[in-house]
Amino acid sequence: MTTRRDFLRGCLASGAAAASAVLPETACARDTLKRPPEGLGLLYDATLCVGCQACVAACKQVNENPAEFTAMDKLWDTPLDTTGHTFNLIKMYRNGTMETKDSELNGFSFMKTSCMHCADPSCVSACPVSAMTKNPETGIVGYDPDACIGCRYCVAACPFGIPKYQYDSPTGKIGKCELCRHRHKDGHYSACAEVCPTGATLFGRTEDLLAEAKRRLALKPGEWTTIPRGRLRPAQEKVLAGGEDGKGQKHRHGWRDEPDQSYQAQVGNYLQHVYGETEYGGTQVLKLSAVNFQKAGLPDLPPKSSAATSETIQHTLYGGLIMPIAVLAGLTWVAKRNVVPEDDDQKGGKS
Amino acid sequence: MANQNLISLEQDDRIEAAAARLSMDRREFLQFCAALATTLGLPQGADAAVAEAVATKKRPSVIWLHFQECTGCTESILRAEHPTLEKLILDVISLDYHETLFAAAGHQVEAARKTAMAENKGKYILVVEGAIPTRDNGIYCKIGGKTAIELLTECAADAAAVIAIGSCASWGGMPSTDPNPTGAKGVDKVLGKPVVTIPGCPPNPYNFLSTVVHFLTFGALPAVDHLGRPKFAYSRLIHENCERRAHFDAGRFAMEFGDEGHRKGHCLYKLGCKGPETYANCSVIMFGDAGAGTWPVACGHPCIGCTEQGVGFTKPIHTVAKLKNIEPSAFLPRIVEEKGVGASLGSAAVLAAVAGAAAGAGAMVAKNLGLSHKAEEMEQAKKEGSKATESTEV
Repeated sequence: MTTRRDFLRGCLASGAAAASAVLPETACARDTLKRPPEGLGLLYDATLCVGCQACVAACKQVNENPAEFTAMDKLWDTPLDTTGHTFNLIKMYRNGTMETKDSELNGFSFMKTSCMHCADPSCVSACPVSAMTKNPETGIVGYDPDACIGCRYCVAACPFGIPKYQYDSPTGKIGKCELCRHRHKDGHYSACAEVCPTGATLFGRTEDLLAEAKRRLALKPGEWTTIPRGRLRPAQEKVLAGGEDGKGQKHRHGWRDEPDQSYQAQVGNYLQHVYGETEYGGTQVLKLSAVNFQKAGLPDLPPKSSAATSETIQHTLYGGLIMPIAVLAGLTWVAKRNVVPEDDDQKGGKS
Repeated sequence: MANQNLISLEQDDRIEAAAARLSMDRREFLQFCAALATTLGLPQGADAAVAEAVATKKRPSVIWLHFQECTGCTESILRAEHPTLEKLILDVISLDYHETLFAAAGHQVEAARKTAMAENKGKYILVVEGAIPTRDNGIYCKIGGKTAIELLTECAADAAAVIAIGSCASWGGMPSTDPNPTGAKGVDKVLGKPVVTIPGCPPNPYNFLSTVVHFLTFGALPAVDHLGRPKFAYSRLIHENCERRAHFDAGRFAMEFGDEGHRKGHCLYKLGCKGPETYANCSVIMFGDAGAGTWPVACGHPCIGCTEQGVGFTKPIHTVAKLKNIEPSAFLPRIVEEKGVGASLGSAAVLAAVAGAAAGAGAMVAKNLGLSHKAEEMEQAKKEGSKATESTEV
């Protein structure tokens, strides 16, 4: 007959078995992934942004997305957030009288909302079918609609709320920024950076962009400095590996020829922080702002990515199927203990 | 002034006379007055007041001084063509002293100035063209043995109004560009009081003319901003009404002179257009009277910001402008947009009623469940007797 004591003892035993199986596994817990050295990204400088929304219009155009109306008159493309058809959006921090730009009090500030292209993306980690992938070379977090099963785990996983599902379609896809990777083979880079009139959105290698961001932070606010526009050219321009064609072969080519667009502008009153340098192991899209990043809608994230944490737990528990086997064994043992053969005394029919 | 109806002036002899004096037909004259009233941004009916004033008022005496300048302002006004403006300059106003236009010279012309000043004391309009050199007691510009400072102070003393025409007179203009060897300054700095300024290099002649006609019609100068610029002409950035603005908003720019974007008429901002930091009405009333598309930006050259101190002749042409019209747009979404609306009183009441009913029903069901279970047990007990209670103990 099973007593409560027996049951608890059994549980403890199977737990210990599971734990002993787990211990060697935890030693190889997954670390937060790093940005690939040639990873591409954007640098968004909120103090340079003028809120013209040329980037929003250009993004819609090159990604063939329709306008989205939120007002009654249906005249202007006015999405309230990124959606399955809006991959890039300029949002605005508002406070009080909104008199001063880049002021937290009685001011306003712009903030670009688009994919951050994390070094260790949660959406890629959450995707059960590898529809979300991170290119090992460019680091672009890409989406493959042919592989997607429409589970929307990526929508729930992203800390920035970026992948969005096209709920308006019966065969909806996920919509998100892919850094215009479909245009790379023609030598074009991200359309938002291509059209930005002030260089508030700058395209380039993330490592170069990070150096540029730190250069700006080191300058005195109000000082005049050279601000590059369009694409940040490294000091020694290298031929970068561009996009990929359908067959997975790499093209080796540079970007389209363009005149140097750098100009003189005044240094903004930056917060001494490059958002995206360390958040979740770093992102390939970096941001500078004069207004608190959390107030501008960017979450405060630790240097350890949630993908690393969750994958460590999951891979530990399921490593070599140890935990499922242990649990099954425990359950079997408990069940066996409670089964009374049919021909036994009628009294034992219940536990 | 009293007449507010242009139609009623159609048969007016005075209008006929004024039109004849200006070598126009009557209709042309009235159209011209209406155009002036429109440039000034005056309300309906003001065209009649302008026509009446131009036809009947005594022509105001104008004394026009030239200092450190290129005479571009005068040339620009002489070349305004709709309608023949030199007629107007000579006939609508009484130009009593103008160094470029006067046939006389020397002591003769200085005497004319003195006479005009004495005759129209306190009534004449003083127009200043060109910057005033102030270094070394202003010895770098002398007319008739007098320095510019002396001449200006003398003429301004009894003037009804002082108008600084062109950027040089307005704020120093090109002569005041660093290192400014002559210490060139604008009229207001030398006189130590605000004056009406019509900056531009050269300024649009109609902005000057409209200011003068406003004075003639209403007896007062038009409303001006903190820099003395008439608000009807200088209250908006060129960028705000620019014909290429849509290209700016869509991110379509000319990157180099002669490239595809430039040929297609895209925005010139990246070529250094100063439209976003220059207050002037060039993008509205154009320039040069040669029809549509005849102002610098329409011709394909970026605005150089000639009206704006610190921009024109200071910032290089290729230097990118600092946008002055960054406004918190009502169109932009908040960082976190509220989605949906809060519960209304009605919906909250309905929800509460449903919740209450559900809770009540749940309680009743639970109560009955207990009862039926008890009833079942009782029945079981009846059937099996005392055995039933023993078996449940395990």
